[in-house]
Amino acid sequence: MSLLETVVPAAAETADIWSQIFVFVLATFIGLGVIRRVSRLLYTPLMSLTNAISAIAVVGAILVAGPDYPVEIRILGAIAVFASMTNIVSGFLITERMLKMFKSEKKPAEGNHP
Amino acid sequence: MTAGLVQLAYLVATGLFVFALHWMNAPATARRGVYAGVVGMLLAVVATWAQPEVVHHLWIVVAIVAGFAVGVPLSRVPLTAVPQRTALSHAFGGLAAGLVGTAKFYLWYGEGSAQLTEFRTVAIILEVLLGFLTFTGSLMAAGKLQEVKWIPQRPVIYPLQNVTNIGLLLLAAGLGVGVVLQPTAIWAPVAFGAIVVLALVFGVLLIIPIGGADMPTVIAILNSYAGLAAVAMGFVLGNKLLITAGALDGSSGLILAIIMCKAMNRSFTNVLFGAFGQVQQIKAAGEERVYKAESIEGAGQVLEQANLVVIVPGYGMAVAQAQHKVRELYDQLRKRGIAVKFAIHPVAGRMPGHMNVLLAEADIPYTDLVEMDEINPDMPQVDVALVVGANDVVNPAARSDKGSPIYGMPIIDADRARTVFAIKRSKNPGFAGIDNELYFSDKTWMLFGDAKNVIGELVKQMAGGSGMH
Repeated sequence: MSLLETVVPAAAETADIWSQIFVFVLATFIGLGVIRRVSRLLYTPLMSLTNAISAIAVVGAILVAGPDYPVEIRILGAIAVFASMTNIVSGFLITERMLKMFKSEKKPAEGNHP
Repeated sequence: MTAGLVQLAYLVATGLFVFALHWMNAPATARRGVYAGVVGMLLAVVATWAQPEVVHHLWIVVAIVAGFAVGVPLSRVPLTAVPQRTALSHAFGGLAAGLVGTAKFYLWYGEGSAQLTEFRTVAIILEVLLGFLTFTGSLMAAGKLQEVKWIPQRPVIYPLQNVTNIGLLLLAAGLGVGVVLQPTAIWAPVAFGAIVVLALVFGVLLIIPIGGADMPTVIAILNSYAGLAAVAMGFVLGNKLLITAGALDGSSGLILAIIMCKAMNRSFTNVLFGAFGQVQQIKAAGEERVYKAESIEGAGQVLEQANLVVIVPGYGMAVAQAQHKVRELYDQLRKRGIAVKFAIHPVAGRMPGHMNVLLAEADIPYTDLVEMDEINPDMPQVDVALVVGANDVVNPAARSDKGSPIYGMPIIDADRARTVFAIKRSKNPGFAGIDNELYFSDKTWMLFGDAKNVIGELVKQMAGGSGMH
């Protein structure tokens, strides 16, 4: 894709910019609609889940760390991969850990201790 | 992997992320959301990694392994430390965005003017601004929440604070405009470096005037920034998956921040630039007033007579790690046929939803956790309201005292219950530094001490009576 980018004529590039902005605006509306319905009980797990999802930055980080770029550039990319990966791992794990704790009225058998 | 397949994988990942958030609308389906998120992320990483331009693999592998090594312990922190962990992960998110932006700028600068189009340069500058200010800002927030010694807990305020902050931001914006206009100028890399430094400094300055009571809002705002930084990265790289996932995160943070602000009757700008801490100086003047203390025995007897008890938890419960003792008290009361509900204020604790998670950890069914708006109409029927380490969220001054800094903030009407017991560590005012009218009310009795100990004593008292445990 990055090969393509260099040869795209200006008009196509403008169209692409607009399509990106469209995607952003529509995704924001979807986000607002979906998040508005999230259970108030779950705001803390919601936050750790969105932490993990926004660590999608890992995609950009890999695209900087992986190609045949100068070493300094790739070092920055590798640190970014590390930072995003930390968020992915801890974000998903802690969300799962918290959600497991939410139980409804039906109590499980005896023997639960802190 | 062909470009088409990569885009398809990204599209599926986007869909999975939307479903992940959608399933968070009920505790029963929420865990499915986590799995959807994991699959989406896995797809995205594999599709990206498989692109032919990615030729160096070793560092990526090392970085991923290191990410696991740090991420796994971070996911095992005690639940009272979840706010700090969340802030820390916003910092990591901001750092990743800032670094990718910086790398791209210097890479493209080296490759010549064709690469640094106006649009890309604007996006890169937004990305590093948001990324790096989120990085240091979130580190500061995490430090405050963790109560790290050299980071002041109380808001730090100095003259011309807002002027300084806005001046710095304008300076960064000015430099940014310069770089956008002349991205290939000799001075552009220096100006870009200056923007990075300004963003780092700005992040620190933005958070130091903010006190603990405002942390739920601030964490939500930083969450939003981390998402928007990912969006900007998407614009830089022309990657729609980054744009959509970042937008989902950004809107989530935004909605949470709005809810938190509403729950405190304050505006965004007021939280960020209002320095809540200023209130401290105003108080002091009030005349000495007397609390009525109650003994554990007395409180236990009153509780046993009740039909309906509402427990109002606050940050003090988290600090004292009292949630498990609260659960024991809940069991004791239920055993006597007494109905027990928990009244949850949206900003109780240090992050959105903090109390719910702590109580869920203590195995209290979420069906007994009631939101402020739902429980308030029932408060006059409540026999005993037990306030555990909450303060400002039950202060009636928010309803009646126009001079109070928290005036207009919606509160849990604990004062409308027939009897109130308030557990409090000391006789000092709460985090906002405001005296609480509730504590001086005729029907309020204070139980002084650490929340965990006091409730532990109460449980012992009640258990002693029935010969159990």
